[in-house]
Amino acid sequence: MADFLNTRVGAALKDAVLAAVVTLLLTSIMVGIKTKTEQGGLGIEGNWSLVAWMVLAVLVGRFAMSLLVWRGRNPVANAMQSILPKQETVGKIGKFVGPALLVFALTLPFYGNRYVIDMGILVLTYIMLGWGLNIVVGLAGLLDLGYVAFYAVGAYSYALFAQYFDLSFWVCLPLAGILASFWGMILGFPVLRLRGDYLAIVTLAFGEIIRVVLLNWYEFTGGPDGISRIPRPSFFGLEFERKGGFADFFGIPYDSMHRVIFLFYLILALALLTNFVTMRMRKLPIGRAWEALREDEIACRSLGINTTNTKLTAFALGAMFGGFAGAFFATRQGFISPESFTFMESAIILAIVVLGGLGSQLGVVVASIVMIGGFEVFRDLQDLRMLVFGLLMVVIMIWKPRGIISSRAPSVFLKEKKAVSGDFVAEGEG
Amino acid sequence: MEYFIQQLINGVTLGSIYGLIAIGYTMVYGIIGMINFAHGDIFMVGAFIALITLLAVVAMGITFLPLVLLIVLIVSMLMTSVWGWSVERIAYRPLRGSFRLAPLITAIGMSIVLQNFVQVVQGARVKPLPPQITGGITIMEKDGFLVQLSYMQILIIVTTVLLMAGFTMLINKTSLGRAQRACEQDQKMASLLGVNVDRTISLTFVMGAALASVAGVMFLLYYGVIDFYIGFLAGVKAFTAAVLGGIGSLPGAMLGGLLIGLIETFWSGYFSVEYKDVAAFSILAIVLIFMPSGLLGKPEVEKV
Repeated sequence: MADFLNTRVGAALKDAVLAAVVTLLLTSIMVGIKTKTEQGGLGIEGNWSLVAWMVLAVLVGRFAMSLLVWRGRNPVANAMQSILPKQETVGKIGKFVGPALLVFALTLPFYGNRYVIDMGILVLTYIMLGWGLNIVVGLAGLLDLGYVAFYAVGAYSYALFAQYFDLSFWVCLPLAGILASFWGMILGFPVLRLRGDYLAIVTLAFGEIIRVVLLNWYEFTGGPDGISRIPRPSFFGLEFERKGGFADFFGIPYDSMHRVIFLFYLILALALLTNFVTMRMRKLPIGRAWEALREDEIACRSLGINTTNTKLTAFALGAMFGGFAGAFFATRQGFISPESFTFMESAIILAIVVLGGLGSQLGVVVASIVMIGGFEVFRDLQDLRMLVFGLLMVVIMIWKPRGIISSRAPSVFLKEKKAVSGDFVAEGEG
Repeated sequence: MEYFIQQLINGVTLGSIYGLIAIGYTMVYGIIGMINFAHGDIFMVGAFIALITLLAVVAMGITFLPLVLLIVLIVSMLMTSVWGWSVERIAYRPLRGSFRLAPLITAIGMSIVLQNFVQVVQGARVKPLPPQITGGITIMEKDGFLVQLSYMQILIIVTTVLLMAGFTMLINKTSLGRAQRACEQDQKMASLLGVNVDRTISLTFVMGAALASVAGVMFLLYYGVIDFYIGFLAGVKAFTAAVLGGIGSLPGAMLGGLLIGLIETFWSGYFSVEYKDVAAFSILAIVLIFMPSGLLGKPEVEKV
């Protein structure tokens, strides 16, 4: 018996049985007994077949995994190793992925249908938010768990300006960005002295405060009812309407798709602006200071960098792009309510940044497409898709703790530009 | 005055529940320096296990209340511990020694998983439970306003005090507690001296989960309504409590829990119910700005 357990198959079997026992313990009460609402209170009913299936699945799955995929000499892992391209080839391919994706995005409205373009708008919104947060988390290394607050500030600024002062989208867009970055500074000034995790909890608290205020200030923000009938953006003063609008001006037949395509290009332009500014900022002294700060704060201070101001600029800039995205979100939806700005939203944006590979612009794109796109494709699955979303976050992180794109292009280099492995830097780009 | 005392009693009760959850956060942060975002959801799982066990025990025909509660408490602590252990084993252990944000993301992922798992298997509707422990003592009476200390509140406060006492003993006197404190200071050195670091960390999660499940049982019995989403807000509040008291410090977690509970109750009692969360979070921000390491935390020494 003892000899058998020491063999490869025996060890795998033992491991699988243990895992199955744990699964049985986990599911026995939670899954095995289901509460159901009855007359006069709650009743219970057995649901044992599901428990049996789960235990069986874990038993078989774990056995197969430890025999074929995990540990030393195993066929599947070796095969994967030889099929998967090496890091250098990935780097070479990576150079073309960015432009290819850009061309794809630019041409998408010509062959995509309404559903695809709508999804593209959604994914691009998250890409923009991810790039905005990347400045704060990826470049400056400040853990921000309340990024959605700035998104909310942007959205509500536009909605409220439009409602109370009748201002148009194009006037409000910069205002939304300015207001959001203003909030970023108000919040950042006192709290940016805090260490990483304290900063995280204070930003989380701030996000919740904004949401609670929006929810309860009924006279001003409409509370849980939200704000509806937010005006749509115009194309250089031309509205997308049936009569006398965009279509009439260019002498083409009216199509409701025009507005959707316009919104698509609008968010694409905004997202690219975010990317462009970030890339340029990285080359400026302030951008280098961000990255230096992320790597070693004490060294920065001894070199005379004003750490508070440096962090504050990153925070305010990130917040500004969040505000832009918020204004776009408001005009695209036409309706906003505090429900769109929960902590889960912040968590998803942060997950996109970290899963993509902190500080990697392309990583954000890939992660957004995988997470948000995948999430939308499985809309029919309802509750299950959120479960899978969570599992995916865990699995990707365990598989690649440095994110999907983990090699970094240095922003400053001597003679030759060499990609650095993500393992050599504290939290992002080298 | 009567109103004040009543609010004080309510605040201490709520604070005890927060304190029990906060201990889980503070211990995990102390030993591996990560925010265990799924801890609030472990609390929720504890409350659900308690609810189901209670219904099952009653369905089996046991009606003697103290026995029922004892069974519920023990089963809930045991089962929730298994959940806590599994979360650590699946989502955190593979990432030990990885960079700082990776376990945070898996923690958020686990939190989403737990919430939606419970929603899928038990349904999204709120689960009501009729009050099991009724009655109480009237402490004061003036102009028809009664200051009441219900038996439920007594139970919560007494249980919390007992658990805290037992727990302090565990940390200060037993070899497990010693191993934990050693790992907190220096994991590599601890493992060189024969402490099983992985096992110690697992046990930390188990203990945190057990305490959270007690909080879950209390929450269920006190409020009588639970759903799959209660873990988020309770978790954030408890984490706020842990930070307020100084993260990594056990008495700090308890003190922070009490303070958050009191702030919340007094704010809802005297100002507005809607903004009680804002009050709690604002106090947190103010305390952190003036005392960056919390009320009882050790100040961080920066080494170059």
